[in-house]
Amino acid sequence: MNRRANRLLAALGAVLLVLPAVADNYLLSIVTLFLFFAYAGQAWNIMMGFAGQLSLGHSLYLGVGGYAAGALYFHFGIGPWAGLWLAIMICALSGAAIGALAFRYGVSGVYFTLLTIAFAEFTRVGFDHFAWVGGSGGMFLKVAERDQIDLLNLRGTPAMFYYVILGLAAAAFALSGWLLRSRAGYYWQAIRENEDAAQALGINTFHWKILAITISSAMTAIAGVFSAFYYGNLFPEQIFNMSRSIEIMLGPIIGGIGTLFGPILGAALLTLVAESTTEVVAALGWETPGIKQLIYGIVLFVVIVLLPHGVWPALARKLKVTK
Amino acid sequence: MSALLNVQNVSKSFRGLRAVTDVSFEIDPGAIVALIGPNGAGKTTIFNMVAGALAADSGAILFEDRPIRGLRPDEVCTLGIGRTFQIVKPFAGLSVLDNVVVGALKRCTRVNEARRIAATILETLGLGHKHDVPASSLTPTDRKKLEVARALATRPRLLLLDEVMAGLRPKECDDLVATFREINQRESITILLIEHVMRAVMALAEKIIVLHHGEVIAQGTPGQVVKEPAVLECYLGEETEI
Repeated sequence: MNRRANRLLAALGAVLLVLPAVADNYLLSIVTLFLFFAYAGQAWNIMMGFAGQLSLGHSLYLGVGGYAAGALYFHFGIGPWAGLWLAIMICALSGAAIGALAFRYGVSGVYFTLLTIAFAEFTRVGFDHFAWVGGSGGMFLKVAERDQIDLLNLRGTPAMFYYVILGLAAAAFALSGWLLRSRAGYYWQAIRENEDAAQALGINTFHWKILAITISSAMTAIAGVFSAFYYGNLFPEQIFNMSRSIEIMLGPIIGGIGTLFGPILGAALLTLVAESTTEVVAALGWETPGIKQLIYGIVLFVVIVLLPHGVWPALARKLKVTK
Repeated sequence: MSALLNVQNVSKSFRGLRAVTDVSFEIDPGAIVALIGPNGAGKTTIFNMVAGALAADSGAILFEDRPIRGLRPDEVCTLGIGRTFQIVKPFAGLSVLDNVVVGALKRCTRVNEARRIAATILETLGLGHKHDVPASSLTPTDRKKLEVARALATRPRLLLLDEVMAGLRPKECDDLVATFREINQRESITILLIEHVMRAVMALAEKIIVLHHGEVIAQGTPGQVVKEPAVLECYLGEETEI
């Protein structure tokens, strides 16, 4: 990374840090959503962008993570900072177990992807019937006064949630950057580019792929905990839904798979597109159902056709910063 | 002195098609040995069995007296056998330097040190000025060299080269021959090469193993092998009276 990229990053960080002082709650909620997807996208990107393993079932970790910490709080009043560790542990173990199952038996490519969908789907069905956490009726976390900050139980103002997710997104970015430059990063990229060649160079591909999925699922678990406490409710049909998995990966895909800035840029662009479509459609008075989704889809289509490697690699060339 | 690589009565079939039958040979430490034979003779199959990419049906493969048959490719590499692929497999999205760094990380876990080692190896192979070029933009000749550089970076004691000379111009071929001699002598790396380019085989190999239809039909010094009737027959056909 060069000096120019550092300066850009510092500017972005400064703007995000002072934002709650100037923004209203609506704008803050939109930026919170953007940061949430920047964070989750970064997690997904480690597995797919770095190591080349396509997961279409990351909602599994989102849901299991959210439910683990949510249930601890709901039933025992244990706050999310403790529940987080349970969430991370369960998700890391699930990720490692799915990876071990798939990679041990040579399940790869689209078949591996199908497996990730299958696990997310049957967990969703399982949670629909899991009465202890409310089944399909959902689980509702105790709501506190919105103007009181209870950081210990992660209850409080929109600004508090905003700073928590900002911290998480920044940490995920830093972790990804460090990983990419480490031995693990080199090995993952080698596996992504050519697994046979990687193995011939002495890389235990099984071991390193498991590491990627474990880190990715553990990080996504934290996103799940945040989501559960931010919204204060959990429904299997929502949090385990495949559309969640797709939302998580759209950011990195649009921004640039395997790049550090891609997940952030992609999440920002998608949030921007979604919000501006809403505004434009409302202003024009087009009340046709599905019109927003149609426009959103067309925008995605155009970006992917014009910039198949994502927006960031092209932008990085323009700005003369390294990828 | 015992052999570095000892292949004993190794056989391999693919769904009833016998690719390699009862092949045995030894490679002494420090030697340069060529494995030659017509297309489909089973040369690459033998390579893949030594490198762990294919499991032999029967027989034994010993590296430094340790049985390696059935080990995974990464385990074989860890023991000290580096290989190139006949159809090159570069990490296309990575830079030339990063391709070699991946190999160098086998022996040193620090990325900075691995980058230094990789740069030195690229220099040896004449790719020193192409560090930052993406591997996907290399010429076919340079891709072959990159294969060799990557394998060398894992610091092998035995280097398996699968047709790296194919498609090279005579001058490039001679340069690479000189490089392999240097690697062999300076770093005492034993080399087993599959090669069709006889110019390179004759210049490099002190021992030649000839395969035909999956069987060893001759082995010995280049001088001995070219006089073998069986070798002449398989390459040139039987003598016929007109």
